[in-house]
Amino acid sequence: MSDSKLSAQGLNLFFGKKQVLKNISISFKKNQVTALIGPSGCGKSTLLRTFNRMHDLSPDARIEGLIKLDELNIYDKKIQVTEIRKRIGMVFQKPNPLPKSIYENMEYALKIHNFPKQEIPALIENALKESYLWDEVKDELNKPAVQLSGGQQQRLCIARTVVLRPEIILMDEPCSALDPISTSKIEELIVRLKKDYTIVIVTHNMQQAQRISDDVAFMYLGELMEFDICNNIFKNPKNELTKNYVGGHFG
Amino acid sequence: MNNTIKNRERTDWWFRQLFRATGLLTIGLLGGIFMMLLLNSIAFFIHVSPVDFFTGSQWDPESAESKYGIAPLLVSTGLVTIGAMIIAVPLGVLTAAFLSEVAPQRLKMFLKPIIEMLAAIPSVAIGFLGIVLVGPGIAKLFGIQNGLNAMNGSVLLAVMALPTIITISEDAINSVPKAHREASLALGANRWETIFKVVIPAAMPGLIAAVMLGLGRALGETMTVLMATGNAAVLPKSFLDAVRTITATIAIEMGEVPYQTTHYFALFAIALVLFAITLAINLVGEYFAGRLRKFQS
Ligand SMILES: Nc1ncnc2c1ncn2[C@@H]1O[C@H](COP(=O)(O)OP(=O)(O)OP(=O)(O)O)[C@@H](O)[C@H]1O
Ligand SMILES: [Mg+2]
Repeated sequence: MSDSKLSAQGLNLFFGKKQVLKNISISFKKNQVTALIGPSGCGKSTLLRTFNRMHDLSPDARIEGLIKLDELNIYDKKIQVTEIRKRIGMVFQKPNPLPKSIYENMEYALKIHNFPKQEIPALIENALKESYLWDEVKDELNKPAVQLSGGQQQRLCIARTVVLRPEIILMDEPCSALDPISTSKIEELIVRLKKDYTIVIVTHNMQQAQRISDDVAFMYLGELMEFDICNNIFKNPKNELTKNYVGGHFG
Repeated sequence: MNNTIKNRERTDWWFRQLFRATGLLTIGLLGGIFMMLLLNSIAFFIHVSPVDFFTGSQWDPESAESKYGIAPLLVSTGLVTIGAMIIAVPLGVLTAAFLSEVAPQRLKMFLKPIIEMLAAIPSVAIGFLGIVLVGPGIAKLFGIQNGLNAMNGSVLLAVMALPTIITISEDAINSVPKAHREASLALGANRWETIFKVVIPAAMPGLIAAVMLGLGRALGETMTVLMATGNAAVLPKSFLDAVRTITATIAIEMGEVPYQTTHYFALFAIALVLFAITLAINLVGEYFAGRLRKFQS
């Protein structure tokens, strides 16, 4: 546990009276890819969104328990949520570029965190290269981002997150809206990014989880049923439900 | 079986004719109004040269040498309208942003009907307000004799344009997808950065439409400006001068002018100019809104 980067302890989450996350304790290791799997509605997205405090926006969400980024309690009242979100980036299921140009999408992220003006172009170029998008867009950086293909948009969203040099990247089914070729590009990207970042990814695709993840967490009805290294979850699951789920028998 | 298909096709045909007819009727009406303005204006320009009309600095049809310079009226209309927009656009857009992004639900439920009620006040009542309240207020504030001037008109027209601008802007802001807000917040932007740098720019085409409608309301308003701006058809030098807009001029003079005289035709000519301005503003707005829409999915 010494190399734990992000962890939750005794996490409960309620939407109004409905409990969606039940006593979840989990820890994500530095420079690893952890996949969250489980049937639809089991709370994967909800769990992911507790880590960058996206639930702050919904007034009826109530959270109990402790979430720590290194030694920092991210729900500490003294801490600015904007700082947390800079350190813990998020990529959404549906690519969500802002209604601005490609360049402005990248620039926006840097500007709100007051990066020095003269450094911005180089940082943008670098992040686009890291996200394997540079060669495709370098001649049309002023084009509206929505005119990119879905896969390119998603890589732009990843680049926009990466450009801030976060410590953790949360991804909620980042490939579910993409074709197989774009998907494999993004998987390749994820594997490369883990060198520098800690990645937590929600996926419904069992092959994808096996291809890219080091650890796998299986969730069921708001509970964490099993958490282990990827190989154990898929080859040698301890829990009967995990076995059925990864074997494709339900969910 | 065959019969039902035939029936459906017949209904389909009838509906298509109906829509075509209503469409043509609208276009016909617009075209008719335009033609009426145009033909009467041509009759005017036979007697008065367009150069004199556009460059003359006096509007005095009743005098011995009958001056038909549109400039004082045009500048009056421009001054009052621009003043109104300077007040109403920032206030309207910010109010809309506040209502849609910041205000708690209960405050919103309280404010929205009030704003909508503002739109229902008759323009005569607003003009009255200008005479007894806003005008004297302006006079006191600036230490002048008489507050019936361009600024008074601007304030009142701003009040009248506000409900339109707020309501339509709020719709535009509300329809900005939640995904844009989440994208911005997830990057670590705070609420204000998200509102001003993402939500409002994303709503811009709708906001332009809102401003256009508000502007149309202000440009075309007659009774309020007639009552509250002093009605001096002289080139104004500042917002504190009395003015007379194109609309007020038509309203004042149309009732007294003999049928089919040069003066009568002149009023159509200035109406045509107003029509052209409104049209041009809408086209320009549409052009910019269209350019911005390219950035949206
Ligand atoms: N804002 C909300 N208010 C109330 N209930 C919610 C809210 N968001 C999610 N839920 C409920 O919480 C539960 C978990 O939802 P969540 O989106 O986390 O599931 P998921 O595992 O991500 O599912 P999927 O695989 O379909 O994306 C669901 O029952 C959902 O209806
Ligand atoms: Mg989900």
